[in-house]
Amino acid sequence: MTADARDGDDEIKGFGAASIVACPNGPLLVRGDVELLDGDGHPVPRTRPTIALCRCGASAVKPFCDGTHKLMRFRTEE
Amino acid sequence: MPAPRGPASAALTEYLRLEDHGTTRLDDDALHNEVSAAVAASPDILTDDDLQLALFLMYELHYTGIDGVRDELEWSSSLIAARGELERGFEAGLRDAVTMPELPLPIAEQVAEALFELTAPTPGPSLARYIAKNATREQLHEFLIQRSIYTLKEADPDTWMIPRLRGRAKAALIEIQTDEYGGGRQERIHANLYARTMRGAGLDDSYGAYLDLVPAITLASLNITTMFGLHRRLRGASVGHLAAFEMTSSLPSRMIAEGFRRNGYGDQVTDYFDEHVEADAVHEQIAARDLAGGLVEAQPELLADVMFGAAACLTIDGRAADHIRSRWEAGETSLRHAFTLEAA
Repeated sequence: MTADARDGDDEIKGFGAASIVACPNGPLLVRGDVELLDGDGHPVPRTRPTIALCRCGASAVKPFCDGTHKLMRFRTEE
Repeated sequence: MPAPRGPASAALTEYLRLEDHGTTRLDDDALHNEVSAAVAASPDILTDDDLQLALFLMYELHYTGIDGVRDELEWSSSLIAARGELERGFEAGLRDAVTMPELPLPIAEQVAEALFELTAPTPGPSLARYIAKNATREQLHEFLIQRSIYTLKEADPDTWMIPRLRGRAKAALIEIQTDEYGGGRQERIHANLYARTMRGAGLDDSYGAYLDLVPAITLASLNITTMFGLHRRLRGASVGHLAAFEMTSSLPSRMIAEGFRRNGYGDQVTDYFDEHVEADAVHEQIAARDLAGGLVEAQPELLADVMFGAAACLTIDGRAADHIRSRWEAGETSLRHAFTLEAA
């Protein structure tokens, strides 16, 4: 963990090169330094180094995933 | 030292106590014989109060210990031998109780898909739905007490796996455990968030405060995780267990948080559950694909144990949850004795 990762209250920064894993039938798993903004350009607080972003549209904690895609049987293929 | 629940736990607590005072020569054979006889006579070791308590106490010596019991006893050959009898019985009972799922091909994505299939949310009654809609404050206290046995040491049993894994599976486990331990920030350690929840509900957050109240199946739910974690032979089962645990957490955590809010509890109490909605939606992806899938790709011979561990988690935690819900629906306590919170 870099020094600046401990700054602030809950927010974490400084985790190296960004990568996104498109999980089949699931969320987008985001790692590394990515600026996460809402529609108005305001930063969305990030409390963990690896986050899962909703891809099915049904999460109650958007933009994050809460597992609801499993209830909808959301499919990313076909 | 908790109250014994039968001959094996009585022999064990006596053994630990004598060793503490150093007054009497320890009768190693008596302990071994009591434990062997109790294992042989048990109709269902998974719900056997005497045996699950004995195993729980033996395992405590590997965690933070038991007040008044010498640290050296962790590696007492007599205790390890008696523990072996219990573990053989427990593992045989588990393999008997668990229905093995069909095995996927030993390819990470196929393993992940099979695990998601196995752990898919089911409609119908569940403990989390009951909590969301019906649980009273008293029942919520009971729920926090039941969960405290594992959750006040959340993630610890899985940490045993770290030195036993390599490569992609190891990196995945570290990624999950880092989050479980709050990224190294004490106040964000999940076990500490849970302690805060307990205090917020007026409960004692010291470990084992309510041990005498919890039934065998609740102890079994921790014991299975510890057994899988402590035995390198069972590392596949340990990985499968953690995957299934993470994969059945997000959606129920949301419902549980709802139940606490419905009863007027604030953030101090609900933070733990809210945190798990988001955290475990991340963990389940890593656990299924990289941890379980990565392990099976590296060591295909562990595939059956990974699936066994996942199914065993669902069986035991399912029985523990059904126990609580069925008692509540019958208007009874889910604990061994009714519990009433003293008014502050």
